[in-house]
Amino acid sequence: MIDIGLGHYLTLGTIIFSIGVIGIFLNRKSIIVILMSIELILLAVNINLVSFSIFLGDIVGQVFTLFILTVAAAESAIGLAIIVVYYRNSGTIRVEEIDQLKG
Amino acid sequence: MNNLNLILPEILISLAIMFLLMLGVFKKNSTELVFNITLIVLFVTAVIIFNEALTINKITLFNQSIIIDYLSSYMKIVALISAFLVLIISSSYLKTVKIFKIEYPILFLCSVLGMMIMMSSNDLIVFYMALELQSLALYVLATFDRDQKKSSEAGLKYFVLSALSSGLLLYGCSLIYGFSGSTNFNIIANQLNSNSYALTFGIVFILVGLAFKISAVPFHMWAPDVYEGSPTSVTLIFTMVPKIAALTVFIRFLYIPFFNLIDQWQIIIIFLSIASMLFGAIAAIGQTNIKRLIAYSSIGHMGYVLAGLATGSNEGIQSSILYLSIYIIMNLGFFSVLLMLKRNNQYFEDIKDLSGLSQHHPLLSLSLLLILFSLAGIPPLAGFFAKFYVFKSVIEQSMYFLAIIGLVTTVIAAFFYLRIIKIIYFDKEIEKYDTDHIIWLKFSLLFSTILILFYFIYPSQLVEVVAKINII
Repeated sequence: MIDIGLGHYLTLGTIIFSIGVIGIFLNRKSIIVILMSIELILLAVNINLVSFSIFLGDIVGQVFTLFILTVAAAESAIGLAIIVVYYRNSGTIRVEEIDQLKG
Repeated sequence: MNNLNLILPEILISLAIMFLLMLGVFKKNSTELVFNITLIVLFVTAVIIFNEALTINKITLFNQSIIIDYLSSYMKIVALISAFLVLIISSSYLKTVKIFKIEYPILFLCSVLGMMIMMSSNDLIVFYMALELQSLALYVLATFDRDQKKSSEAGLKYFVLSALSSGLLLYGCSLIYGFSGSTNFNIIANQLNSNSYALTFGIVFILVGLAFKISAVPFHMWAPDVYEGSPTSVTLIFTMVPKIAALTVFIRFLYIPFFNLIDQWQIIIIFLSIASMLFGAIAAIGQTNIKRLIAYSSIGHMGYVLAGLATGSNEGIQSSILYLSIYIIMNLGFFSVLLMLKRNNQYFEDIKDLSGLSQHHPLLSLSLLLILFSLAGIPPLAGFFAKFYVFKSVIEQSMYFLAIIGLVTTVIAAFFYLRIIKIIYFDKEIEKYDTDHIIWLKFSLLFSTILILFYFIYPSQLVEVVAKINII
């Protein structure tokens, strides 16, 4: 059996974080995928904070996580609302077709 | 309980938000009333903070998670006054484009509340919550003209990129927390002496997140699109109020928790500054839309502000704050002109719509001329002094390279400001614009023009006020 230490948790956090960031930049399909990627980034941060909190023996990290969870919920609610408004105006949420503003 | 007195401004604004929501829901046709109460609240809050600032030197509250010092008081007053002016001059615009609704002032008040807490934050958790309160309200404001495709697209882009930047910033916060063991800025400052790679990573992530918020190159890509697409009154908010909050937070992060690691962040800030100055000046040249042009010009101006921050000295911070204060006054004037370009209930925002403006509107053109000269940094207008303070503090720290780049970009940037002046004065005239503007629009244009024009008589007034801000 290997001991699972702080490093493993941090690596997991980093991997999820990278998937989130890469998902935002490489995604050509739908804005919903971007919304999911943002959630992944926040999730990675939560994993980081909880594992730090446990290994430091300090409760503040877990409190921070709870705050981030609430904010993430509010953020995706607003994000979905904006996507609905955009869909009403343009009839599409494909990332390639969001190009009215450029220059 | 005496703590509660000190955060009275924030409490007042939060109570006002809840009260106004109730009022707006239960009373029919109360938009005008809600709008006016919002203005009164903003003004009263500024007065309360001014009163507090006279007696309080530096105090920390709630287990050191909130700090009230001269920096936060000054920036809060500037932010509240600019919020007041922004709101009061946009009322006729909102009515014309039919987005004069109760949610507008309330959301704006929410975002102002977020900014005020952000400016006082001395703890990562408080900072993050305040930042999100500010940005969540701004996402909705950018989308406020929701039947226009442009506005909803601007809101969408702003949402995606701003959420990404919050994510990066948060990841940085988690690393900083993990390797220093606390979320409090003062404790972090004591812990950050080591040369751990993880800490450097944390600082880089936090700086990237903050650079997104003030739209410094290479994290500027949202700014032109969002500025162009949002309603003009919201663009006005974006160019002024959040920048004040973001600069304050930038100063706090760099000079309280990270001050011991100045060698590591200084080079990053210098890079951001040079890139913003160059890009802002060069990319603005080919623009045809005024709001887009303002976006690039504000990117360039943020470059000068960052140049002051990069020095690592009190004079540098003060020069940045002076620069931002003067920039806000110039911006206010510019947008007052933009909000006056109305004909048959339609607003115009292309540079070609300014063509021959001087024929029909000589006074308006004259003040626009002064504002543009000041933005370009031509003496003896206020914009020149702003740049002068920044370059002085940069040269005092013998960062000659940064100063030279700054001067070169000033010259490049002067080109597109002067091009607008040429279009106003020498191009073929077009139809006359409406002249029946609300009194506040005229007042704000007059106010900013006079300040810009006569700043050189008493430059020491503002300098003395700002000179009391001592962070280090």
